[in-house]
Amino acid sequence: MFDVIIIGAGVIGCATAYELSQFDLNVLLLDKENDVSLGASRANTAIVHGGYDPDPATLMGKYNVKGAKRCIELVDTLDIEFKKSGSLIVALDENDLKTLDKYYNRGLINGVEGMEMLDGEETRRREPNLSKEVIGALWIPESGIINPWEFTIAMAEVAVREGVKLELNQKVVDIEKNSDHYLVKTETDQFQTKYVINAAGVYSDQIHNMVAEPAFKIKPTRGQYFLLDRSAGETVKAVIFPCPTELTKGILVSPTVHENILVGPDAEGISDPEDTSTTREVLDLVAKEARRSVPSLDFRHNIRNYSGIRANSDYNDFFIKISAPNFLDLAAIKSPGLTCAPIIAEEGIKLLAEEGLELNKKDSWDGTRKIVRFKEIPKEERADFIEKNPDYGRIICRCEHITEGEIVAAIRRGLPIHSLDAIKRRAGSGLGRCQGGFCGPRVQEIIARETGISPLDILLNKTGSYILVGQTKNADKEA
Amino acid sequence: MQNIKEYQLIIIGGGPAGLAAAVSAAKNGLNDILIVERDKYLGGILNQCIHNGFGLHYFKEELTGPEYSKRFIDLLADTSVEVALDTMALNLENSEDWRYVHVMSSSDGYRILRSKAVILAMGCRERTRMNIQIPGTRAAGIFNAGQAQLYVNLEGYMVGKKVIILGSGDVGLIMARRLTLEGAEVVACVEVMPYPGGLNRNIVQCLQDFDIPLYLSHTITDIKGRNRVEQVTVQEVDQNGKPIAGTEIYYDVDTVLLSVGLIPENELSREAGVTLDPRTSGPIVYENKETLARGIFACGNVLHVHDLVDFVTEEAESAGHAAACFVRDGGCVTEDANIISLKTDSNIGYTVPQQIRIDDVEKAVRVFFRVRKIFKEPSRIVFRDQSNSEIASFKRPFMFPAEMENVNLPRQLLENISGTELTVSVEG
Repeated sequence: MFDVIIIGAGVIGCATAYELSQFDLNVLLLDKENDVSLGASRANTAIVHGGYDPDPATLMGKYNVKGAKRCIELVDTLDIEFKKSGSLIVALDENDLKTLDKYYNRGLINGVEGMEMLDGEETRRREPNLSKEVIGALWIPESGIINPWEFTIAMAEVAVREGVKLELNQKVVDIEKNSDHYLVKTETDQFQTKYVINAAGVYSDQIHNMVAEPAFKIKPTRGQYFLLDRSAGETVKAVIFPCPTELTKGILVSPTVHENILVGPDAEGISDPEDTSTTREVLDLVAKEARRSVPSLDFRHNIRNYSGIRANSDYNDFFIKISAPNFLDLAAIKSPGLTCAPIIAEEGIKLLAEEGLELNKKDSWDGTRKIVRFKEIPKEERADFIEKNPDYGRIICRCEHITEGEIVAAIRRGLPIHSLDAIKRRAGSGLGRCQGGFCGPRVQEIIARETGISPLDILLNKTGSYILVGQTKNADKEA
Repeated sequence: MQNIKEYQLIIIGGGPAGLAAAVSAAKNGLNDILIVERDKYLGGILNQCIHNGFGLHYFKEELTGPEYSKRFIDLLADTSVEVALDTMALNLENSEDWRYVHVMSSSDGYRILRSKAVILAMGCRERTRMNIQIPGTRAAGIFNAGQAQLYVNLEGYMVGKKVIILGSGDVGLIMARRLTLEGAEVVACVEVMPYPGGLNRNIVQCLQDFDIPLYLSHTITDIKGRNRVEQVTVQEVDQNGKPIAGTEIYYDVDTVLLSVGLIPENELSREAGVTLDPRTSGPIVYENKETLARGIFACGNVLHVHDLVDFVTEEAESAGHAAACFVRDGGCVTEDANIISLKTDSNIGYTVPQQIRIDDVEKAVRVFFRVRKIFKEPSRIVFRDQSNSEIASFKRPFMFPAEMENVNLPRQLLENISGTELTVSVEG
């Protein structure tokens, strides 16, 4: 019998697992995929938002500034790639200036610190590549860019190290309420638990409906992106948001923690929450809209297009409630959900405590994580470091200069590894301009060696994404 | 900080370019040369090119890729050239007297080396599906042709059962044949341009001989399949390369191979302040393959993408010779040498070299270039100076963008031109 089962290992589920791991509890984290962070937490805009946008009457408005502060603490505690780049919301016409006023006033109510209104000239002085049409901007210093999947994975890694049990490839199909516990049924297993936390993202309405009357409906919303190589040069320093127009919420242009440039997203309601394909029409639209604020964007530097599915809903806020006895919804988490995740987890745990969950701190709990990033080791220390750790002397990913040592460490940090993309998300190999063309086969070799999985069974990403179909005719003889 | 080890010449890359450059530099009197190779073996991409057709020009015989590189590895054995395998060059810095190379390996750790001259021979990488922005899903089963070649030829794994190939570059054509021989079904090869990207002999031997259709002026416009490729959409394109509605063909395949171009790998060069030519994506070089950064030379696919390794070898020999001159004499020519810039008309994609120091030319300078469209009728390559006088012309029965052309410009013609520019054009 578990004390708590968390359904969904995205940023919300993993933040909750991380917070719960400090208590003397038997916690199980379930996900339907073969890794954590495979839904909206993987493919999003990677921003720790400042908090000028959400309605102050909502939880989104109440949590945002606190969430951003907590995120900025956690990136140190958990050793996550982050840059406090700040954000600029730019105005292209008089209407936009009114929007900036509205944001400024909302920001004041939401507690956003350090906001500044800039004129066009000052805006372009700070960001020379912005359009000549920009006539003003709102500067939000307390915001930044984060590696969102690393954030999620780091919290899961610490949670698992500190005793949380993780079960992957477990799709929840039913939840049965019994007298003193829930029975959570997956396609292959069933688990008993006293408390259930629903952190199922785009599926959170379906999980909710397994135990309670329908209260909200998820409306999966797809957003498509370009990622431009750093060979494009420094395009912008801060996250550049345009003001929303009637047609779009605004395509942003942002640096990333890997010094690339991210452009997107649109917002398109779709029926299939797994359809993360990209389309020519939308990509063309995204490129065109982005050039309104940054005309010099050169999309020939594109190294990846992707799309993410956000858990928008017909409920105009996060749905954070005890919806049935001992059943907590952390549902309908949309933007700024990534920023608010640590607060959502804390507030959710408070609600469970009110339901009777006993929170006794463990005698010893280590909530920190530290990893080696070869690129960050100063040149004068590298010789000594490699002498002690020879694995860090072999570069596997040429584009991003990721070493074998970093890949092996990622495999050994405790979460199961099934795919090349799992390594990409943990060590950063394959994120660069060749997109794994060179390092893919070598990463495959290292995973096979470290885990004992046959290279034939190592996947690109999710279950079913097999890379190889068999051996060649003479493979046996050659070996 | 450890001692900085010194060499006369450091060559970055131990593929065909680096090997020939090393042999040539040693032959020309250098005895303190290092090749830095990131792989565990010398030979570079030739190791996975197990088909034949290499060496017809240079050795006048037909060799496989590994046989071709072995010829040079054997020659290297008779020299004092040092080789650092499994070693990555991370940084290159240029100064007046020395080039500094930061290298790293598991066995020797992190080292800073310096040399009088450096030859860039890092080769190229494949353009990806994302570079050309094919929309659709990001399923498994989409390979660059060279990556598939590595899996099949070096690792012994098959990458798919039913395959479509986008792009008619040589690696893609070679893989069409290879995968067919290994039992896969190659349903088509699709090329966005109105002409093939690869050599004619490969079109014949790798597609036609196996009844694999080649669709020119077509491209892949969508990829479906949630986790593994299941279907691709192919469309005809108009003269501007835009897909034409209503021409959709759907192929149920599990694999897409891309052979859509190669990009010289010049991240190190850029960092060292080497000026690149946007047309080649490689360094701008003088007649002796020296880049505009003093003491740094370039050859092979890092300079411009070749279709025949034989020409890589010749180019690398010339770079090795020039680097040896530079180390011995501090450069072959005086600083204020007469420099001629080569310009191109719209029919010619680029030239290598881009600049000629006349005083450095012994008898003649070989100029490599590619045309940008097919010339089926006999035509002339014409060099004109700034007074529009015809300085030289060369007849060609036909020319294809896929096949690199070259001409020899005698020194005496260069000495008497008016102005400092020569424009290369195709005339009837």
